[in-house]
Amino acid sequence: MAADSDLARLTLHEARDRVTAGEVTSAELTEACVARIEEVEGSVHAFAHRTTDEALAQAAARDAARPDPLPPLWGLPIAVKDNICTQGLPTTCGSKLLANFRPVYDSFVARRLEEAGAVILGKANMDEFAMGSSCENSALGPTHNPHDLERVPGGSSGGSAAAVAADECLAALGSDTGGSIRQPACFCGVVGLKPTYGRVSRNGLVAFASSLDQIGPLTKDARDAALLLGVIAGHDPDDSTSACQPVPNYEAALEAEVAGLTIGIPKEYFGGGLDPAVEEAVRAAIATYESLGATTVEVSLPHTEQAVATYYLVATAEASSNLGRFDGIRYGVRQEGKDLLDVYKRTREEGFGAEVKRRIMLGTFALSAGYYDAYYGKAMAVRTLIRNDFDAAFGQCDLLLTPTAPTPPFRLGEKLDDPLTMYLSDIFTIAVSLAGLPAVSFPTGTTAAGLPLGAQLIGRHFDEARLLAMVHAFEATGQGRPLPAL
Amino acid sequence: MDLAEVKRIGALARLDLGEEETAAMSDQLTRILDYVAQLEALDTTGVEPTTHPVTLGEAFRDDAVRPSLPTEAALANAPATDGASFIVPRIL
Repeated sequence: MAADSDLARLTLHEARDRVTAGEVTSAELTEACVARIEEVEGSVHAFAHRTTDEALAQAAARDAARPDPLPPLWGLPIAVKDNICTQGLPTTCGSKLLANFRPVYDSFVARRLEEAGAVILGKANMDEFAMGSSCENSALGPTHNPHDLERVPGGSSGGSAAAVAADECLAALGSDTGGSIRQPACFCGVVGLKPTYGRVSRNGLVAFASSLDQIGPLTKDARDAALLLGVIAGHDPDDSTSACQPVPNYEAALEAEVAGLTIGIPKEYFGGGLDPAVEEAVRAAIATYESLGATTVEVSLPHTEQAVATYYLVATAEASSNLGRFDGIRYGVRQEGKDLLDVYKRTREEGFGAEVKRRIMLGTFALSAGYYDAYYGKAMAVRTLIRNDFDAAFGQCDLLLTPTAPTPPFRLGEKLDDPLTMYLSDIFTIAVSLAGLPAVSFPTGTTAAGLPLGAQLIGRHFDEARLLAMVHAFEATGQGRPLPAL
Repeated sequence: MDLAEVKRIGALARLDLGEEETAAMSDQLTRILDYVAQLEALDTTGVEPTTHPVTLGEAFRDDAVRPSLPTEAALANAPATDGASFIVPRIL
């Protein structure tokens, strides 16, 4: 039998195949991940909350039951971002305000995981309420990049990405509003997919910006992302923005050909400010796809430069409204006050961290009387121009290939005092979110110093299967994820 | 955004910002607003706003009665309850 740490290094699909064949039990897999967590968690801090006892009990129950046919994730240990409601397990969104919150119902995706037989190892650390690009805005302390502990794992799903990269779990769920799955996946050297807006139900995902938020997988390879997306995708009558489109068999679609496809290269994504190592890796990925028979064409997305400004008005406006519910009355940590208004103000002042307050302020301003048209209204119109850019580009190509982030992972503390510079680290992921398109970040090697690099593939609405097939084809050339020395 | 404006927005957002925080917020929000001002240069005359990125049909379902959260569950996370209601400071 394999040693414990070797089992934690398995991909989700390898573990699935072994459980199906009866070669390994859920208890063995779960114990291997728990052992790995104990080994590295002191330096990585990927988890906001570990639910080890519940996970081991769940694993034993999976081993005892084994229905026929076996559901797709039977007995497989995974991590879930801390803003996804899991009944009875802590769901704190990395916030002091929700330090004591335990949801009384499961999110749609948590129900799907349960039906599929997964084991939840714990809740992954994150920037508070998913607001951040470095995982440093967590009230529970930052997560460290497993490839270099002095550097950030990206954010906001930094805990999910780091846990997968460090083999503390087989796979993880994250959420993406402006890049929060893709940028940490890139920084940690794993695959991270943001599905089309509406592909996965948001029911039970603590809302940040409702017209942008999507849940998606962070995994060790493309096949794992296909497996996990297949479990969580689909229509949910309890989310009026969830799509009725049929869910394809993403795993079966992985073998689709790259040859004959046209890949668009948006020229605006290769301008100044792009780190040379990032550019070199993306150019090498383009060459790989050309060698597989794809053709490339330069395209233009003229409003790329306005995407960050547009996003930080739209997302903060929606956030200022969504976060109004945290007032210390129905849940959360209340601060007492002299009257009701004082309870609200003190609860929010004490409970929210600096970045969350900054975004609530910006959003409240953008929606306030006298400024609404000039800021929020303007941003919604520019959002249309950004969508139109993509529509025009997809007239010339089947998908787009870009860098995921402009630089390799930066150092902890490097951008913490400079919010605007931090916002600009999302420059390549944000326009995609505004247009509601699916996109995947996948590993493309490392810098000379061993820091992970990644590239982003962007598809038409509901074209996730093609994106994953593209990543699978890239991996098949021998270019898999980099392994941390940890 | 000057200090008075930060205080006004802070009150609207139900945040009890301290003096130091107000000053930092004024600097940071001013820089961010200067950055987003670049949108003014774009002509958006006649451009429909996007409120929703993917065009889906209307989401209708039957108006059927379904069980909702039991009172006990709805109150389970509340800081103060009497077992039937949320308790808040007097407002009258």
